[in-house]
Amino acid sequence: MTNPFATIGRVFISALAEIGRLSRFAAIATVHIARPPIYWRLALQQMWLIGYNSLPVVGLTALFTGAALAQQIFVGGSRFNAESVVPGVVVIAIVRELGPVLGGLMVAGRVSSAMAAELGTMRVTEQIDALTTLSTDPINYLVVPRLIAAVLTLPLLVLVANIIGVLGGFIIGTERLGLNAGTYLQVTADFLEQADVVSSMWKAAVFGFIIALMGSYHGYNSRGGAQGVGKATTNAVVSAFIMILLANLIITVIVFGNQV
Amino acid sequence: MTEENKNKPMIKMDNVHKSFGPKKVLQGFDLSIAKGKSLVIIGGSGTGKSVALKCILGILKPDQGSITVDGAEITSLSNRELKPILAKIGMLFQGAALFDSIPVWQNVAFGLIQGKGMNKQDAREIAIEKLRRVGLTPDVGDLSPAELSGGMQKRVGLARAIASEPEIIFFDEPTTGLDPIMADVINDLIVECVQELGATTLSITHDMASARKIADRIAMLYQGQIIWEGDKSEIDTSGNDYVDQFIHGRADGPIQMQLLKP
Repeated sequence: MTNPFATIGRVFISALAEIGRLSRFAAIATVHIARPPIYWRLALQQMWLIGYNSLPVVGLTALFTGAALAQQIFVGGSRFNAESVVPGVVVIAIVRELGPVLGGLMVAGRVSSAMAAELGTMRVTEQIDALTTLSTDPINYLVVPRLIAAVLTLPLLVLVANIIGVLGGFIIGTERLGLNAGTYLQVTADFLEQADVVSSMWKAAVFGFIIALMGSYHGYNSRGGAQGVGKATTNAVVSAFIMILLANLIITVIVFGNQV
Repeated sequence: MTEENKNKPMIKMDNVHKSFGPKKVLQGFDLSIAKGKSLVIIGGSGTGKSVALKCILGILKPDQGSITVDGAEITSLSNRELKPILAKIGMLFQGAALFDSIPVWQNVAFGLIQGKGMNKQDAREIAIEKLRRVGLTPDVGDLSPAELSGGMQKRVGLARAIASEPEIIFFDEPTTGLDPIMADVINDLIVECVQELGATTLSITHDMASARKIADRIAMLYQGQIIWEGDKSEIDTSGNDYVDQFIHGRADGPIQMQLLKP
């Protein structure tokens, strides 16, 4: 007969061990950023893969979300004749929350999985060991460029997502809901504060770190052939999603928690 | 070189232990390879051959025991301190382990460009030269590793292992997955390349034909320990039942496969 406390304890201990391994990996990777060589060419290549190739999916997500948001706020606001708040609420919601979160989640889905699959395959085919035998530190060569690229690229992507999200609201607002275009832009500009944009960029950079860290960690430590790589890919995406949402909550509470 | 230096072992492992959780893989592993000699470790699957190699490369840290490479103790070194020692070592991996994101010539030149900072033009010339050395034409250099057959991948892996002219070369099951004729071609290449470089080599294999061809000395690994070691010529007259069972490939004998035990 199994003792239920033993099961709970085992799960708890293995969860703690996993957090420990992940923290250790994150610390090692961060230390290696400060240690040359940095392979800038590989980092640029990753920036292209992460940033440019994610533009369509991130842009479309922001466009549709911004548009749907404007429609809903218009419907809700019209009950008490507050249609004019549409531009303000759209821009705040997009820049503070939806732009970085949806952008981060979409990129995590694309990029964490691809990183985990690539590094996982390199692990199980001994390519990572081969790097070591060729006097090349695999963390410097594989992980650091991905971290740098994701941290630098995500803010740019989210900036674009924010603009397109507001544009989505603008299109629905002026074409369908009959709001005045000039007023719409004026209200948008009035509501938006510099702090909103800054916090949005910080969130994006943190999400970028999470995306590259999760993809690298699960790929780098995968084992057990094709099945292991598949598992690493799934785990990378799921853990990146959860950590992005958790990090978003923490940053939101820290930055906006004291505003009343 | 003084006489003393000549006899000093290039690689020495002393009482090395390594476990993974409750599973003891190496249990008092001893090994010594003289400079310029070729040692082949034979042994069944899962006896710890690869683990021993990875301990010398610093990829795995042994739980206890000492490993010296060219006189330097490596078990206590950090990854950074290991780098100059790893620069002396080349390795041919079981599945060749070529980087599939870059063309063949860059694979061969990888250690020269990334490890030694050589410029691409010079490194490319050396890479083409090494490819020719293993019997591949220069146009192969521009292909992707995925476009090559298994035998060609092994050749490229060998070219990459010898590209920086290492003093020590490891061969991890160099003939696994090849037909017998291609296996013999690779064995011949290995012997030629090693002789040209005067390198010290450590190979692991369970292919006896390969072991007989590339070894000076043969050691048998069983249950995490070297149970027999001798010159290649002594392998048929070892008088060791374990060795006899292995080299004749018999299911009956002192080595019992542990597949079916619960």
